[in-house]
Amino acid sequence: MSAVDHPAPRREIRERFGFLRRSYAMLVKEFIQLKRDRVSFAMIVMLPVMQLMLFGYAINTTPRHLPSAVLLQEDSDLARSILKALENTAYFRFLYEVHDVDDFDNLLKSGKVLFGVEIPRGFERAVRRGDKPALLVAADATDPVAASAAIGSLGMIVQTALKHDLYIGDPPEMPFEIRAHARYNPAAASSLNIVPGLVGTILTMTMLIFTALSVTREVERGTMESLLSMPIKPVEVMLGKIIPYVLVGFVQAFLIISIGVGLFGVPVLGSLVLLALLSTLFITTNLSIGYTISTLVQNQLQAMQMSMMFFLPSILLSGFMFPFAGMPAWAQYLGEALPLTHYLRIVRAIMLKGATMQNLHFDTLALAALMLLAMTIAVTRFRRTLD
Amino acid sequence: MSGGNGIAIDVKGLTKSFGGREVVHDLSMQVKRGSIYGFLGPNGSGKTTTIRILCGLLTPDSGEGTCLGYDIRRDAEKIKRQVGYMTQRFSLYQDLSVRENLEFVARLYGVTDARGAARDMIRRLGLSGREEQLAGELSGGWKQRLALGACTLPNPQLLLLDEPTAGVDPKARRDFWNEIHALAAEGLTVLVSTHYMDEAERCHEIAYIAYGYLLAHGTVEEVIAKSALTTYTVTGEGLNELAAALSGKPGIDMVAPFGSSLHVSGRDVPALEASIASWREKGGLRWQQSQPSLEDVFIELMGRSKDNFQ
Repeated sequence: MSAVDHPAPRREIRERFGFLRRSYAMLVKEFIQLKRDRVSFAMIVMLPVMQLMLFGYAINTTPRHLPSAVLLQEDSDLARSILKALENTAYFRFLYEVHDVDDFDNLLKSGKVLFGVEIPRGFERAVRRGDKPALLVAADATDPVAASAAIGSLGMIVQTALKHDLYIGDPPEMPFEIRAHARYNPAAASSLNIVPGLVGTILTMTMLIFTALSVTREVERGTMESLLSMPIKPVEVMLGKIIPYVLVGFVQAFLIISIGVGLFGVPVLGSLVLLALLSTLFITTNLSIGYTISTLVQNQLQAMQMSMMFFLPSILLSGFMFPFAGMPAWAQYLGEALPLTHYLRIVRAIMLKGATMQNLHFDTLALAALMLLAMTIAVTRFRRTLD
Repeated sequence: MSGGNGIAIDVKGLTKSFGGREVVHDLSMQVKRGSIYGFLGPNGSGKTTTIRILCGLLTPDSGEGTCLGYDIRRDAEKIKRQVGYMTQRFSLYQDLSVRENLEFVARLYGVTDARGAARDMIRRLGLSGREEQLAGELSGGWKQRLALGACTLPNPQLLLLDEPTAGVDPKARRDFWNEIHALAAEGLTVLVSTHYMDEAERCHEIAYIAYGYLLAHGTVEEVIAKSALTTYTVTGEGLNELAAALSGKPGIDMVAPFGSSLHVSGRDVPALEASIASWREKGGLRWQQSQPSLEDVFIELMGRSKDNFQ
């Protein structure tokens, strides 16, 4: 009816500058859509600012306060002085004092400490006699960057520190020998550090994306509406979406590790079964987090952005690129909340140190806790109606 | 059978708002078991929202009622098992084949022998030979037929069809309606929303909803009778000028062209007669008083409700 009542006046169509006109029309449309998508808009600002602040302050390639342990086989003044001197350098922080070799090895193997100083029995007496005994220093060289700086500075530190204790005369001569032992990676080959790390990083990236898009895809394609009208529960949807990718992730992990072993000569000292089991746990944790993202966002673009938000800190704060021990405490706490941090410890420990489940309780539990947390959020956040 | 009182849907005072805008207003309706209930109304009138409330996809702000004897608020899960909902937009998986889609639905509802059930449905739908084709590659008519098949597969008691025949050719539309009548004959209750008047006339009962208000309901004859509309059909030359001249005149509620004729309708008969009097004498035009069509009634209702509610 209205078409009869109010015929629209005919407007002229201009042909000049058609290219610019059409580009402009497209540009206006894109801006409007961008403005409507509030979350994306916020991410455009938040992503760079947050990431820059976060990583700018957190990343430090010369690690400080490396978690360390001392194996004291004699309790002498000299031993105390040396420890004090080491601690004063801010390179080391002595967390454990043990008297048994097994405990000492265990601490290193589980990754609780990166550094160990062993003061052998009869050390002080040997020094006084001028026997030049050996002070053993064991470093976890699975992360060569973290270890090498500390080892390098060791000699000088001890020398200057002991000068005023009159153990060292003038001209300075070391009354004992420092024997540094780079454990697990004596050649400090970076591939030994990087390859196991890559297993975790690649898995994080691929797993996250797989599930991060899964719910939004259903919403965008319109299939969610009929899915919701059918008798299926949120947990069932989640499990159905996660499980196929556990298999995919498993194949992927197998591929990366095979290449690492075959081409880069990375050893697998520990149990393959344990590695497979804990890798599966890690894969499932990442898939759950991806799925959680998927229930939080409105479209696929947001899902990708949020995945990036999660992925970048995973790379930078987990100890993959930069030594974990070098980060300030707050950044370390943040790192502890990332599954990759725990998996890196696990995968490095199993492959390079031959660690067993005994050494990996904490990181395994942390992964499981993160997985359950993600799943709980996902199930509660999953919208059962279209309200 | 649950709620065996012969009523499939019984709701009172349903209200639903989105972002402060009331989409469904105090809606009450009853649908008999085994009947085909047509849901009509302009776009954005609240048809889809009402259907979604009935199958538990939306929670009403207020109002109550039962669907197949289950409370629509508390028993959404039970309702979902007994209801087949065909969405307005094709919502099966485009990247799954016909067979895979049907098997998925069958498994979700726990149909025993999902493969067999899917195979039977493919045969019933006449999709044999196409079972491995991806659903996204089917033509509009086949897609809609597949969607109907998917929602009847788990043997529901109630079908909710949201504009199932939009954009489908007349032959496919007729086949579709034959299928719906066959299903209703088997005892299924069908609630179907549509814009097509010929489809409305194929329903046992219809309801007209506009701007969230249920304006009329009953059989087609009842709705037409209740409208108290008087309609003249005009044929001849210069109908465009006549339409322009008559619209808005006192007593004339509606002027609508129908092919080579023009329908002029109004409820106030004396005023209508007065307004058209001068035109009736004019040569070249043939005036005939006729029964208003369902479309006349609806367009008039729509125009009226617009004045009242917008």
